[in-house]
Amino acid sequence: MTKVQLVHLAHARSGDKGDTANVGVIAYDEAHYELLRRALTPEAVKAHFGPMVRGDVERYELPNLGALNFLLHGALGGGGTMSLMNDAQGKVFSTALLRMEVDVPDEVAEAVRGRGRVPAGWTVERYGDDGGGLS
Amino acid sequence: MVSEERVVRVASGQGFWGDDLEAPVRQVEGGGIDYLMLDYLAEVTMSIMQKQRARDPEAGFARDFVPLMERIFPRCIDDGVRVVTNAGGVNPEGCADALVEAGRRAGVGGRAKVGLVTGDDLMERLDDLLARGHALANMETGEPLSTVRDRVQSANAYIGAAPIVSALEKGADVIVTGRSTDTALTYAPLIHEFGWAADDWDRIARGVVAGHINECGAQCTGGNCLIDWWTIPDMASVGFPIVEVSADGSFVVTKHDGSGGRVTRASVAEQILYEMGDPTEYITPDVVADFTRIRLEELGGDRVRVDGVTGGPRTDFLKVSIAYASGWKATGTLTYAWPDAAAKARAADRILRERLDRLGLRFDEVRTELVGWDSTHGSLAGEPPADLPEVQLRVGVRAAEREPVERFTREIAPLVLTGPPSVTGFAGGRPRVQEIMAYWPALIRREEVESALEVEVRDV
Repeated sequence: MTKVQLVHLAHARSGDKGDTANVGVIAYDEAHYELLRRALTPEAVKAHFGPMVRGDVERYELPNLGALNFLLHGALGGGGTMSLMNDAQGKVFSTALLRMEVDVPDEVAEAVRGRGRVPAGWTVERYGDDGGGLS
Repeated sequence: MVSEERVVRVASGQGFWGDDLEAPVRQVEGGGIDYLMLDYLAEVTMSIMQKQRARDPEAGFARDFVPLMERIFPRCIDDGVRVVTNAGGVNPEGCADALVEAGRRAGVGGRAKVGLVTGDDLMERLDDLLARGHALANMETGEPLSTVRDRVQSANAYIGAAPIVSALEKGADVIVTGRSTDTALTYAPLIHEFGWAADDWDRIARGVVAGHINECGAQCTGGNCLIDWWTIPDMASVGFPIVEVSADGSFVVTKHDGSGGRVTRASVAEQILYEMGDPTEYITPDVVADFTRIRLEELGGDRVRVDGVTGGPRTDFLKVSIAYASGWKATGTLTYAWPDAAAKARAADRILRERLDRLGLRFDEVRTELVGWDSTHGSLAGEPPADLPEVQLRVGVRAAEREPVERFTREIAPLVLTGPPSVTGFAGGRPRVQEIMAYWPALIRREEVESALEVEVRDV
């Protein structure tokens, strides 16, 4: 087994409802959904965020989309206009979760290397160039 | 006769108040659409509009909507594109008045009708509702509204499709509402076109999912899309979504040919998960939708088929969005440069806090972030390196009274000459003091609201 950052296995989007941030995590490869489901328990996600999430972490499963939805309660400094946070609406809790490290079989680690990140040597002149992706 | 092959195209033109002003114009000029939906409202928008209306009785709606309609009104009438929007905010009557005037200026007088939906605004009825035993308890804390009643600024029920459908039946070309549920702006036209029964839960739920995908504009066509973002083409002219809905409620998400952006299974999946709670119970005024059986099929050519959605009976309640004044806040920033940028910023923060303390100022919260290091990923960022080229110190304060916050705004600039070195970035002047409008979600029995809804159709 090898430790891999979640950013190589999944993409994500986050939003807010009051003082709760939601993060939807979607496996790049649906074959990895089960692996994510086992690794990303509510307890593991709560531990990952540490002091950033004051309340509970709830998890919902959407196998139809190869996705998990997390609700991070008490994460937004009161939420809405109350919050003093730069990210008061939890827009980038998505990538904060993608920092998490998970154990995966060595062959999976090899297969997803570089996935989810701008390729080495990329410059903005190539922005929007379809050939720049790895998918 | 409704054919199973028939498709209704609902285009999205705005995902929030402040979205791309050219997007709705491109949607209409691209041709081939039946409806244009424009969503302007978010949780905090209503309270902002209420404040504007308190200063100016003619304000309180999304003003951008009026000049937009003046541009697109003739083309919409010529092409038979009907517009559905919640631009009315807390003053839908004022919005409709301005819209009629804009229509006349645009030359559609005598051949266009404006629909107006009112009755979602509960502000005038609050005391009566409380007196009759409606606690309007906070859905998160359980507290009764009476604890903050004297500070309430706005109270609006999220209303469903029925009044919009009624306005469409009466021939309205442009329909203005207040706090219509975002998704209803998309599914109300579908109920009207296909004649779905009020208890046809599965089909209405499919309309809800179409609405959820439409309601954030380009966020499903490549905008804010994380997957391979650097490969998404021509975002400068990103196409906003168009849902092509069949009579059974299944639909295809797409965008105009030749527009920028990308519609894939992944881009649509990201938007489906946006602001999602329990995916088995997505509650709207008209149905409870289940998102866990959605099937996404990539058809190629920026087309994704969405199918498999199911729904269950609507609840007996409507959600009420209440905003109440809850103190004051301000945020100040200064930029510190290499070497030891983060150390300098933290030293400045310490000085600032000592000064605030000596002035006897008391705050409910003082929050310090280093922009460029930990303001987005918090403690996950770890300790900043000594060679960080620069960092922005960002300090926010919050208090029940205005005075300490006002004084705080005068304590930032002095740090330039009285604190750690290599500091700049104070060109913007003193921080602005903002009044906090806190959000109070509550429930109300639906008949209390629905019996008061009114639909009016006016000639332009």
